[in-house]
Formats: sequence, structure tokens, C-alpha cells
Amino acid sequence: MSAIVELKDVRKSFGNLEVLRGVTFNVNRGEVAAIIGQSGSGKSTALRCMDRLETIQGGSMLICGHQLHDDDVDLKSLRRDVGMVFQSYNLFPHLTVVQNIMLAPRMVKGIKAKEAREIADTVISKVGLREKMDYYPEQLSGGQQQRVAIARSLAMEPKLMLFDEVTSALDPQLTGEVLRVMEQLAADGMTMILVTHEMAFARKVADRVIYMRDGKVHEMGSSDILRTPATPELASFVSESAEH
Amino acid sequence: MNSAFILSLLKGLWGTIVLSLLTFLFGGLIGFVIALARISPIAAVSRAAAAYIEITQGLPLLVLMGLCFYGPSIFGYDSFSPLAAATFALTLYASAYLGEIWRGCIQAVAKPQWEAAECLGFTRWQRMRAVILPQALRIAIPPTVGFMVQIVKNTSIASLVVGYAELSYNAKIINNATFQPFLYFGIAALMYFAICYPLSVQSRALERKLNVGHR
Repeated sequence: MSAIVELKDVRKSFGNLEVLRGVTFNVNRGEVAAIIGQSGSGKSTALRCMDRLETIQGGSMLICGHQLHDDDVDLKSLRRDVGMVFQSYNLFPHLTVVQNIMLAPRMVKGIKAKEAREIADTVISKVGLREKMDYYPEQLSGGQQQRVAIARSLAMEPKLMLFDEVTSALDPQLTGEVLRVMEQLAADGMTMILVTHEMAFARKVADRVIYMRDGKVHEMGSSDILRTPATPELASFVSESAEH
Repeated sequence: MNSAFILSLLKGLWGTIVLSLLTFLFGGLIGFVIALARISPIAAVSRAAAAYIEITQGLPLLVLMGLCFYGPSIFGYDSFSPLAAATFALTLYASAYLGEIWRGCIQAVAKPQWEAAECLGFTRWQRMRAVILPQALRIAIPPTVGFMVQIVKNTSIASLVVGYAELSYNAKIINNATFQPFLYFGIAALMYFAICYPLSVQSRALERKLNVGHR
């Protein structure tokens, strides 16, 4: 298996605050990696750096063949390769579901309307919302909006998908429907990196679990580390998470 | 009351409407460019737009009006026609305010919307056109209609320097002949009100309507 994500000693500061203090890990093609850790551990920042919403200041980051610390990194092709789903869905409120999905394929890739519509049909079926095609985002539940956001990202046929706490704004019932969609994606072989608080989901789906603490990878391994943590910090993090 | 004077006021009303529309057209076009320039990632462009806004907003409209009307002849050029000078001054004024209003509306669109569009691979201009501006437009309509009221009322300042036959100018001329300021300025006031009040009502109604569904 080949790594399509390689982080080496990645550093990132906001002002005087060093958020990433030398983060190193790889993710292979087809793998699902779950990044876990307390708030402020740098996990969301690490994820945002992977799509260059933030720029890194030290170390190196290779994402789908793009060297992100190069100033002349081809952002357009990076973003064709990488899809991102946010905690707050961020659907475009002035567009219907199908328009949300078709917009990027049409404008960014220049795909014709008919073909884009077929892509939209396919991805919306994947998330099980065919009947909501012509609804506006505000007419959907949070879980449905998040599934549309996933479909919108899928429509660009990314090689890697990043999920930034995508269920944190949802109640448990709606969380389930989003996680089921993500599980199916994982089963289809999509490479995924998710920042998550859903330990049960990480245990079930993740091939690799990355526990971050104070801007560094504190412990990493298969999902077994959630059952038998090697470090006391991860052990206490897991037991705290179980209480919630 | 004299019907010839009423007719003159109605002609003045038409002059006010023409000047308001020209101001809104040119002020809107330039204001839009100013708003975009103001949020440009190129610092020099953004600073130039900020300076334009500061200077224009820092000068009384009456002074702008005087500069536009008398300025060319001071430097030895032909004067603008009264309508051109008034339109020019009001355009400067309106573009600075509309630019600032619209900049606020564009920036009021939540930052995650930019990020979502960025992650989908849109260029900056595509993001602006397809994602940000349609949402900013909804936010912008009520304050823009509200500002049109200011434009209509401020066209009256043209009467003080440039002698363009708009409503206040004609009311002043009639008053000079009749010495009945209360009557003729009163009628002029009603005419201004007849234009501005519906705009104000419309602005409030739009604000209510567009606030409900944040679609």
C-alpha cells in the first residue's frame, strides 16, 4: 500500500501559540484514519492544513502528490483531489440540493449540465436523499444537510476525503444516519481522514487511530489502541470519552 | 396658487427623479467596484479604495458639488453642464457610501461559506460570483433601498450651486418671485415625501421578508 498522505514534523503557529509541534504520520490509499484528542490538541488544525485552508510553517506535508509547503502548490488540482466536509455543513443556502451538488462539477471541472445532473443523481443516491433533490438546505434536518454536504464533496470525485467533526453538531439519532453514510464510503474503499469524538465509530471503522495531544501525535496504531492503550494519557482520554 | 408654478414644481420633480436615477446607476456601478476593491487581497488596491471612501465621506456633499461645478473652469476648462456636474458629485458621494454598505454585506456572508467553496476548487472570482454575491445581495437589498432615500433627498443640494432644475431649485425660483415660501416649499416637501416614504416602507418590508428565510 502506498501512502497518499505523509506528514513529517509539521509545525503551525497562530501568533505565539504553537498549535502543531511536529506532527508525523502517514495514511495509505484506501485507509480510514481517525484523529482523536482533546479540544485544543491541534487535530482540526492538522486536518485544515491538509486542504491548505491553513498554511504550515515547518516540516513537510505531501497530500495526493502535492507538496503543501511549496508556495507554488497547485491549489486547484489539490482541491480536485481532496474533499472536505465541515462540522457546520456549509451548504450554499441560496441553492437547492441538486444545485449545491452540481455547482462545482460544472464551474470547476466544466462538466455539461446533463452529465453533472447524472453525477448528482449518483451521489445523492449514495447518501439516500434522492427525494430531497429540489429542497433548499434550510428545509432539511442537520443530518440530511450533512449528507448533502458529503454528496457535494463526492461529486468532485476526490481521492481523499477529510471530515472535520462532521457529527458534532448533531443529536445522536441524526449522527447515526451520517455515520452510516461514512461507513459505506469506507467500505467502498474511499481514503478518509476524520477528526471525531465518536469513539465507537472510530473503533468500528478506522484502520488507523491517531491520538493527538498538545500539538503532537501521542499514540498511534490500529483501532486496537482504543481497547488497549499504551499510554496512560490515551487510557484516560478513552475512559473519559466513554462516560459521555 | 398658480398652475404655472405647480407645473414648474412638477418639472422640478421630474428633474429630481432623473438626477436620482443617474446617481443610483453610476454610484451603484462605481460603488460595486469600490466594494470589491475594498476586500481585494492586494493591499494597495484595498488601501486605495479605503482612501477613496475616507476622502469622499469626509467632504460635505455641498463642497463636492461646488468642486464639480466650478472646478473645471478654475483650471481653465469648460464647465460641466449643471446635470453632468450634479450627477458627477452625487456619484462620488453615493459610490463611497454604497461601496462601504456593500463591502459590509459581502463580508457578512459567513466565512465558512468561503471555505466550503474554496475546498470545492472554485477560483476566487467563481466563489464571489456563484456563492458569495447571491447571498450578499439578499443582505444588501434593504440598506440599499434605504440609501436611495438619502440620494433622493440629497439631490436637493444641487440647487445650491449648480442650478440644475430639480425640485428644490424650482421651489426656490418660485419663492423668489412669489415670496410664499411656506406654500411652495411645502408642496415641494410633499413631493419629496411622496417619493421617499414608499421607499422607506419598502426597505422595512424587505428587511422583514429577507430576514425570515435566510435562504
